[in-house]
Amino acid sequence: MGLTPRPESTVSYSPSSQEGWVATKLDFLVNWARANSLWPMPFGTACCAIEFMASAASDFDLARFGMERMSFSPRQADVLICAGRVPFKLAPILRRIWQQMPQPKWAISMGACASSGGMFDNYAVVQGIDTIIPVDVYVPGCPPRPEGLLYGIMLLQEKVTKERAADPTLRVEMDPDPKSQLYIPPSVIDELSEPFGNSVHQTRSGL
Amino acid sequence: MSAPFTPVLAGSALGADAPAPATPRHVPLTGGEPNPSAAALVRQFGDAVRGVRVVRGETNVVVANDRLLEIVRWLHTEPSQRYDYLSDVTAVEFRDPEQPIEVVWHLRSVAFRRFLRLKVELAPGTPLEVPSVCEVFRSADWLERECFDMFGIRFAGHPDLRRILMWEDYREGHPLRKDFPLRGRFSRSEQLRQALAANPEARYSMEELSVVDAFEDLPEEMRRRLKAGEKAGE
Repeated sequence: MGLTPRPESTVSYSPSSQEGWVATKLDFLVNWARANSLWPMPFGTACCAIEFMASAASDFDLARFGMERMSFSPRQADVLICAGRVPFKLAPILRRIWQQMPQPKWAISMGACASSGGMFDNYAVVQGIDTIIPVDVYVPGCPPRPEGLLYGIMLLQEKVTKERAADPTLRVEMDPDPKSQLYIPPSVIDELSEPFGNSVHQTRSGL
Repeated sequence: MSAPFTPVLAGSALGADAPAPATPRHVPLTGGEPNPSAAALVRQFGDAVRGVRVVRGETNVVVANDRLLEIVRWLHTEPSQRYDYLSDVTAVEFRDPEQPIEVVWHLRSVAFRRFLRLKVELAPGTPLEVPSVCEVFRSADWLERECFDMFGIRFAGHPDLRRILMWEDYREGHPLRKDFPLRGRFSRSEQLRQALAANPEARYSMEELSVVDAFEDLPEEMRRRLKAGEKAGE
């Protein structure tokens, strides 16, 4: 995906930076609160959703991470968990749900199909949801066991706790800008990325 | 509103002395006793029945394309047949291009506990068109749309022959045909671009959302908007 250049980051992570004590402590507090109360938007389309339900049930107990509140409305969700394969017919719906989620928002791609199309290398299935929405954590597996999903969630929590409110590159939603020097047309991406993975004639350009 | 529902008990037309249903064992691949409906079809329609074959204990009847609707209607209404359940409409294309494409109807008679498979053969070079059985079986509506979507077979007389599995303006062809490449005809980026351009909420008319019957219960303001032609979700 050709993108507009990101704004220059003025924030460094070194403790000796010019950032004040208040800002860092506020970041810590905000991130601690966010990371421990992620409300998931379950986008379950296939067998991964069964494992996702198992993660939420008593044995694995997603509530330990403050995630027991499944948000079936994207407008009250923080993290979209795409569990299962996404057919092309569902692609505009997944993108719209992502657009309906308010910032800050994160996405977990659960399982091989959501991450790469998996074994469904055919005419009907999206080859990885990262061609539709930005993804923070990929959970491998077919389907991943609940432990795998929990590990992915913990990785996401780690990512959330490292965010800085003053970082101007955060929460910037970028659309492809054909005028940018970094822009590569999708046809060229297809040409460059072929063959991809373990199959020939499979291409993946963002748009 | 539809007609009142009268339940049909399985095997109720067979009489009290009929043997209890049992799972058939050691069924030969071909041959065996054909469904009595096949002989009745031959008596009734003669030349329109092109062949009768028993495969795995199930009766396949190949019939003429132009008499299909007549045959299905007869099977449905004739009191000695009572085929009241159409369980599937599909098609078969063989790898051998010389072999005709077969369109298949699965009919079931609940009252007589019978199963009958009707086939129409479409020879290469002929138009892929068969009569629709929608006016006999309402359940044929979506089944025929699916068959049209996947194989490109046109069902003449279908009230609303659109794609049903793929989105409506899908332009790559009919996916289950042998000449269709597994990954589709377009590049992945083009496929994704076309898929994302679809409006997921524009495809459903008020009729499809089945709120027609509930229309009168809606608030006055909403009824006024709907009458003005507004679609759901727009």
